[in-house]
Amino acid sequence: MDTMRERFTASVSRLLDADPRLAVVLAEISADGFREAARRHPDRVINVGIREQLLVGAGAGLALTGMRPVMHTFASFLVERPFEQVKLDFGHQGVGGVLVSAGGSYDWPAGGFTHMAPGDVALLDTLDGWTVHVPGHADEAETLLRQAAAGHDKVYVRLSLQANAAPRPVTGPGFLTVREGRDGVVVAVGPMLDNVLAAVEGLDVTVLYATTVRPFDGAALRAAADRASLPGGASDVVLVEPYLAGTSSAAAGDALSDRPHRVLGLGTARRELRRYGTMDEHLTAHGLDPHSLRARIADFLTRLTRTSGAETGTGPGSGSGTNAGAGAGTEAGVPTGARSGAGAGGTRTEAAAAG
Amino acid sequence: MTSTTTDLRYGYTDLPHLMSLMTGDEKHGPAATSTLDALWVLYDRVLRVSPATAHAPGRDRFLLSKGHGPMAYYAVLAAKGFFPVSLLPGFGSYDSPLGHHPDRMLVPGAEIGSGSLGHGLPIAVGTALGLRAQGYGDARVWVLVGDAELDEGSNHEALAYAGAAGLSQLHTLIVDNRSATHGRPGGIASRFEAAGWSTVTVDGRDHDALHAAFTAPHPGRPHAVIARVEPKSPPV
Repeated sequence: MDTMRERFTASVSRLLDADPRLAVVLAEISADGFREAARRHPDRVINVGIREQLLVGAGAGLALTGMRPVMHTFASFLVERPFEQVKLDFGHQGVGGVLVSAGGSYDWPAGGFTHMAPGDVALLDTLDGWTVHVPGHADEAETLLRQAAAGHDKVYVRLSLQANAAPRPVTGPGFLTVREGRDGVVVAVGPMLDNVLAAVEGLDVTVLYATTVRPFDGAALRAAADRASLPGGASDVVLVEPYLAGTSSAAAGDALSDRPHRVLGLGTARRELRRYGTMDEHLTAHGLDPHSLRARIADFLTRLTRTSGAETGTGPGSGSGTNAGAGAGTEAGVPTGARSGAGAGGTRTEAAAAG
Repeated sequence: MTSTTTDLRYGYTDLPHLMSLMTGDEKHGPAATSTLDALWVLYDRVLRVSPATAHAPGRDRFLLSKGHGPMAYYAVLAAKGFFPVSLLPGFGSYDSPLGHHPDRMLVPGAEIGSGSLGHGLPIAVGTALGLRAQGYGDARVWVLVGDAELDEGSNHEALAYAGAAGLSQLHTLIVDNRSATHGRPGGIASRFEAAGWSTVTVDGRDHDALHAAFTAPHPGRPHAVIARVEPKSPPV
């Protein structure tokens, strides 16, 4: 199976043949993958060297002339390093473009923290109008890249070496219902799906699958929560994201602001691990392997009855996570009627970091 | 060389008055007018763009990267008819499209929004690349940066690449009023020359010299014009 990044270079190379509006801007990374395309389209495959401010700024200049720029490098150097260029040269200038990253949060653990970008989606969340795709399979990545290349707006496509074994259909920007249950809703983002499905085996929960996290499909989450909650009961939602824990907790809280709810945001820890090793070791360290996920999800879903309204903060990730809520158990212990600010009060962000 | 407009009421001598509509002062110090002469010569005698062609895909582009102190820019755009002079008195007010830094989404004729320094030259590189890729090989891209703005590292990413790539459609106008705290040992032109640019250093108040510098041939290379004006602050 090819990686998402290999699929990216192959599919966008073909798109360059078909769409004269398309241009690819590189900063050395993946230049080999576009070598043949660059021979065919020397004016539209542009490698600016190791210059990431120029990568994004030049992409915006291309967009200002009416072209569709696809800008690519590792996530840390595409979103974090030239963030002001992303903010101003696209948003403020009022033009669109496609940012395609590789590396994600833990694709190259041996490379260390300099090559990890767990905060990329959270950073883009501070800006208006960015669509964020997080494919979980190379086939999904290709579909999303084709859509992004054909569009006009601002799109971020987050490619990873982590992938699910099988692709799911990408039918639109909405969440896909993978299975249904009655005890809660788990939203699995992109490459987290396989681990989530393994983790919830035997649990009576709904699993929604998101390859597009912005815009956040609040309608699908509400509908799933309706089906998975007793009438008048609280909605329990777990988000499992392959980047900073809690990145989508506010979006989920907003979607559920008309009802009592609890949200558990799982993802990578804010605290730097300072470990090398393998992706699996990092997933385990962040509590994102199937075993840890199951323990944390089951604990969250049963905590209400166990703690009876007195949030004690026990759980695999509680020692090192940030708790965005005043107390999830307390909040959900009064599951009657809508309350304002339920998103903040009922939202708990957890990330287990290896101690 | 094509004059873009011929029938407008405003000429160079009207610019101080147009600026006064924004500033309230009939007289302006060197800092406020550092870009005025170069801007006027560009829009009056060099750029092939007018209100009628402000959206034409193959037009020449002028990008004001140094967005600080845009009164001279607004005065020139108004004089050339990109927007009505009646907008000038509202400068900086809530309902005005004319901010203390220009916004391309609000100001007719403004190619980019600027204010944060160091964004214009990279965007100009991409603009030149986009025009070339679409067959508008004759269209020229001009970007104005201040000498102190060259402190920003993003400019050096852009000028190094543009020289290596031989982006001959790209032109940088550096208005040098010696406002960079640490100066530019070796000179501004040397930075561009080392990166493969054609350069001319010229008196930024001399219209004919500016015109000659703006229109000097530079086959296969991007072109930088360093327009020297009075120091922003007198030497101590």
